[in-house]
Order: sequence, then C-alpha cells, then structure tokens
Amino acid sequence: MSTDTLEQVVTPQDVWSKVRRRAWLTILVPLGILAYLTYTWFAFGVPDLLAKAQPERAVILATDSVAYKVHVTKLLRRDILEVAIEGERRATYDEADLPDWVEVDGKDAFVDLGEGYLVEIIGNRMSFTVPGYGTIIGQATSDGVDIELPEGDVPEWLLTNPKKLDARPTLDRRVQVTRTKIEVHNYFGGWENFWFPFDSEFYGKSFSQLYALALSADRLNPEYSNVWYMVQDFLGNPDWQHGEIFVALFETIMMAVLGTITAALFGLPLAFLAARNFTPSMFLRFGVRRLFDFLRGIDMLIWSLIFIRAFGLGPLTGALAIAFTDTGTLGKLFSEALENIDNKQVEGVRATGANQIQRYRFGVIPQILPVFVSQVLYFLESNTRSATVIGALGAGGIGLMLVETMKTSRDWENTSYIIILTIVVVILMDQTSSWLRRKLIEGK
Amino acid sequence: MAVAAMEEEILSLRKRRQLYSLIGLLLVVAVMVSGYSKSNDMNSGGFLQGLSKFFDYPGEIVFEAWEAGPAFFGLIIQYLPAMLETLNIAAVATLLGAAMAVVLAMASTRNVDSWGPLIPVVRRMMDIMRAFPELIIALFLIFVLGSSPVPAMIAVAFHTAGALGKLFSEVNENIDRKPIEGLSACGANWLQRIRYAVMPQVAPNYLSYFLLRLEINVRASAILGFVGAGGIGQELRRTIGWGQGAGDETAAIFVLLFVTIMIIDQASSYLRGKLVGAGRAH
Repeated sequence: MSTDTLEQVVTPQDVWSKVRRRAWLTILVPLGILAYLTYTWFAFGVPDLLAKAQPERAVILATDSVAYKVHVTKLLRRDILEVAIEGERRATYDEADLPDWVEVDGKDAFVDLGEGYLVEIIGNRMSFTVPGYGTIIGQATSDGVDIELPEGDVPEWLLTNPKKLDARPTLDRRVQVTRTKIEVHNYFGGWENFWFPFDSEFYGKSFSQLYALALSADRLNPEYSNVWYMVQDFLGNPDWQHGEIFVALFETIMMAVLGTITAALFGLPLAFLAARNFTPSMFLRFGVRRLFDFLRGIDMLIWSLIFIRAFGLGPLTGALAIAFTDTGTLGKLFSEALENIDNKQVEGVRATGANQIQRYRFGVIPQILPVFVSQVLYFLESNTRSATVIGALGAGGIGLMLVETMKTSRDWENTSYIIILTIVVVILMDQTSSWLRRKLIEGK
Repeated sequence: MAVAAMEEEILSLRKRRQLYSLIGLLLVVAVMVSGYSKSNDMNSGGFLQGLSKFFDYPGEIVFEAWEAGPAFFGLIIQYLPAMLETLNIAAVATLLGAAMAVVLAMASTRNVDSWGPLIPVVRRMMDIMRAFPELIIALFLIFVLGSSPVPAMIAVAFHTAGALGKLFSEVNENIDRKPIEGLSACGANWLQRIRYAVMPQVAPNYLSYFLLRLEINVRASAILGFVGAGGIGQELRRTIGWGQGAGDETAAIFVLLFVTIMIIDQASSYLRGKLVGAGRAH
C-alpha cells in the first residue's frame, strides 16, 4: 500500500476513536439536556404550579372577552328594579325601552333566559325554573336567604348557604340572591357599546342610519358637524377608551421610530471610529468598542428604569432607552460591516483624485448602505415589540395600559381589544419594514 | 446622437435620484424633530429639566453602593440565585423554542422536500408567532398560572420558535441538495433524509443562531421578570419599590445583570465565530 507522505495516515484506531466519540456525544447531549430540563422542572416549581393553576380563570377570561352580560337587579332595600349593561349606571335601560326578554309588572319582573330557563321576581321572592332540574326558590329575608330546592342531590353549579344563593346552570345564565338584592345575569355574545356609549345619540343605530346621519346637514349638536360629533363620541367612549388607546399606541410607535432612528444616526459615525480600516488609533478604537459594549450590556431594562427616574412617564423616556441600547448594538454591527467592505472601490474613487469626503461618499457609503438600511428596518420592527415591554415597566404607551387593564381585570373585553390592536400594530410595522426593505435594497 | 440621449437620460435619472434622497432625508429630519418635540410635550417630565436630574439616580445608587463597602459583594452573591433563575428561564425557553423551530423549519422549506400545501401555512404561523409580543403572553399566563418563571419561559419560547424558525428555514434554503438526492436514490424516507442529509449541513448555522437567540432571551427574561415572572427582574422591582435606602441592593442587581450579559455576549460571539468562522456576528 503506498501512502502520500503529506496526507495523514488514517488508521483504524483513529476511525474507531472518532466513531466512539460521536456515539458518546449522541447519547450524552440528549441526556444532558434531559437532565437540565428535569432540574428546571423542579427549580421552577412546576408541580406546585400545576396544582395551583387556575384554568377556570382562562375560561372566564375567554368567555368574558367575547361576551357581555346584562344585569337585571332588584335592590330590595330601596325596592327598585334596574336593567343595565354590565350593571353600570351609565348603561341603564330606560323603563319604557326594556329589552324584550324582560317583562316588568310594577315592582315585579319576569325574565326569560331562553331555552326554558325562566326567572320570576315577585316581591322578595325569586323563583328560577331550570329545565331538567326543577324550580329553585330563594326568598330574601331580613338576615339571609331561605332556599327551597327540588328533591335530589344539589348540583355542582348551585351554591347555597344561609347568606347567599348562587345558581349558574349554564355559562351564560346566572342568578344570585342575597339579603339585599336579587340579581339575574344574562350573557350575550359580542362587544357591547363598542362604537358609541350607551347614552350617545348614535347608540344602537345601524350602519346605514349612521351613514345617512353623517351626510345629513341637520346637526344633532349645533356645535359640531355630525361626522365630527360621531368621531368624538366614538373616541370618547368611556367603556372602551378608543381615544386613549389610540394615543397610547401612537406613543409606543413613536418610541420605536424615534429610538431606532436616533440609534442609527449616532451609531453610524461611531462605527467609523470603531472600524480597523478607518481608525488607525488602537486606543480610540478600543474606547469606542468598549462604549458599544457598555451601552449594550446595561440593557434596555436598566436604561428604561434610569430614564423613567429622570424624565418621567412618556414616549421620550422609551425612545431614549431604545436609542441608548441600540446605539451599542447598531454601532457594533455597522463597524463589522465597515471592516468587511471591499477596498477596491475606495481605491478606484481615490484614483480619480477624490478627496477624503468624496471617497467616503462614493466608495464606502454605497457599500454599507444596504446593511445600514436593512438592519435599521429590522431593529425598527423588533423595537416596536420592545417598546410595549418598556411601556409596561412604567414608560407609558400601550404596554402600561395593558398592564393596568389586566390588573383591574374587570372588563376582559377591553384587555383583549388592546391585545388585538397591539398585535395588529406590530404586524403592520413588520410588514411595512419588510416592504421598505424589499423596495430600498432589491429595488423591487 | 445616441450617446447624447443616453447622457441626458442618465442625468435626469440622477437628478430624480437626488430628489428622492433629499425627500427621504427631509422626511427623516421632519419625523425626528416633530417626534421629539411632540414626545417632549407628552412626557410627564421635560427633557431639559430631566437632563439635570439624569445623573441623580445613578449617582444615588453608586453612592449607596460605595457606602455599603465590602458588604456590597455579599449583596451580589445574595442575588445570584435570582440571576440563575433568569438564566434558566432563558435557557429552557431557547431550548424548547429551538426544538419547535427545527420542526417548523423542516416543514416550511421546499428545498428539504417539505409537504407542499403545508409550507405557506407554517410560514404564516411563524409570522404570527414572531409578531406576538412576549409581554402579552407572559401577562396572560401570569394571570392564569400565577406569578412564577413558567409564564415567562413559555412566552419567550413561543416567540423564539417563530423567530428561529424563520432563520432556520433560511438556512435550509441554502443547503446543497446532492446528499438529499443521494439518500433518496437509496430509498431513504423523509425523516432519514432530514437526519442524514440535511442536519449535518445545517447544524453549525443552527447552533450559531441558537446562541444568538440565547443572548437575546437572557435580556428578555430579565425584563419579563419585572412584570411578575420571577428571576432577577422581580428582585429588581422589589428593591426599586423600596425607594430610598435600597440603592445598594439595586446597584448590586445592576452590576450582576451587566456582568452576566457581558459574559454571555462575549462567550456567544466567541463560540459563534468558531462555529461559522470569520467571527462575524450575523
């Protein structure tokens, strides 16, 4: 067997040792990952978490975010009967204009919850007919509730104690009786008062009616034209806060746009100082590079907290936090791009007798422009997401609004509305940035 | 004649180009100026008055950290477990997210013989996963599961799956198809082709993107801690909430976070340089 002296001889031992190493790796790496995941399973307290999780909250959230309820409430002390959306004072139905499933006879009421579920409220006595179970009777007394149930076992959906009766036979029907009030909840799909508040003149009008009103010259409100009045009623909707949400979204977008552009404008000149082929001074280069590392290492979290202290709540704070962090990141990326440019183009420009500025302008900038534009657009997109998080830390914008509505956790439809809008905005920014990238770089 | 016409055309094209550049530049300047003045108005504290206070807070915590003396290092060690928790969140999220991303990438690239009708579906799915801000998923899961590291982990993993899936499928698009064809000639099924023809080619790039993502996810998990997902972020919120007098604790957390991020940054860029050569970050 002849062997080339320059080529290493492949011995069976070599091959076997490599195969063995490979085999060990194939076993050890997955085992290592598995061991790590097991460790974190317990370090995160997953068993405990699973025991304490409240999946019913997810169900409540899911139903509440796509449905609203109308309360029929009888206040026993004051002996009045009210029908109101979500039990809110602002959204109380007029007595002459009650929904057709409620029938009022003096101080008594008959509520038809559909599918055979019927509620009768007469005086202090409530009787609830549930198909397939029977009639539940609750009588409010001066110190509690007297309850009469049909024969047999008490079902799970029925909660009874001497102070309270709470029956929820289906997810969308609920009756409660306490010493002071009888309350019936009837759930409906959809978002109530989404367009206009309950007390608005536009409430409950169909699209064509609104269209006609918008075009009509007769002003509903002498001060504004109808369209403007409509817009104001829409934006000022107290339940949905469209106006405030739009302002918050605008703030978040502003944070992302201003922060990214500022970072790019500061990052580019600094990148020249950090690139080997443009800055001969090692000292200066080292300093600028450490500055980039420092800006990046401090991280957006810490920058935001410092800026919130100094500048308070608002888009300026978020923009500056993004600008500081990304000056570091973009500066580093640009300086790498600058180090990788083709020197021939610069020399070609120099050969024509160009001065320093002209060499940069025609020899360097065209080469790094695609990197510059695509990175800036990419960061713009990811900063829109970052801006929502910075907002939640306390800088304002949609992030803060989201945290606050979640904390009060009263109206989940508001939360889901904000979530949907946020996602739409992020997707729009994503699409715009990739469209611009295609347009500017590929020229399509 | 033709030359003159061409020259004229070039000149007019150049003029138009310059006009576009000018308009673009003016647009950027206008956005910057109006944006900053507008956001200055919207901010609760103005820029100029804030500028004078800018060094107050860092100064305050540095001073308190200085006063704490050697005990400051004790504080840093005290917060190490919380930092470790944040690192765990990031690591588990990156592992699970990357595992999912591999599946998504293999199902969404024509070059590796993914099932045709599935490709656009999986691509849109990845777009949506990337667009979901981590904050929203984390807040939702914190509401359902309670305050713990798991919501942050799931939120980060979800986003990671989308982001890495896209990068992975871009890697898949650039591989050499010859090994795949060779294997299919031997009668290998799809899984075997992926395992023996695709994986060996893409593994270094996948690992490199994995490390880059890990770096990003450490930052993300630290921030999510601040909204209640455990780890160093939660400790930070606690110490900041204490207000005056807890400056040394806050400073300790800042230092710990800074040092960790730096170490991970440097380690990941070194390893990535080794994996894909040339030491380039992207």
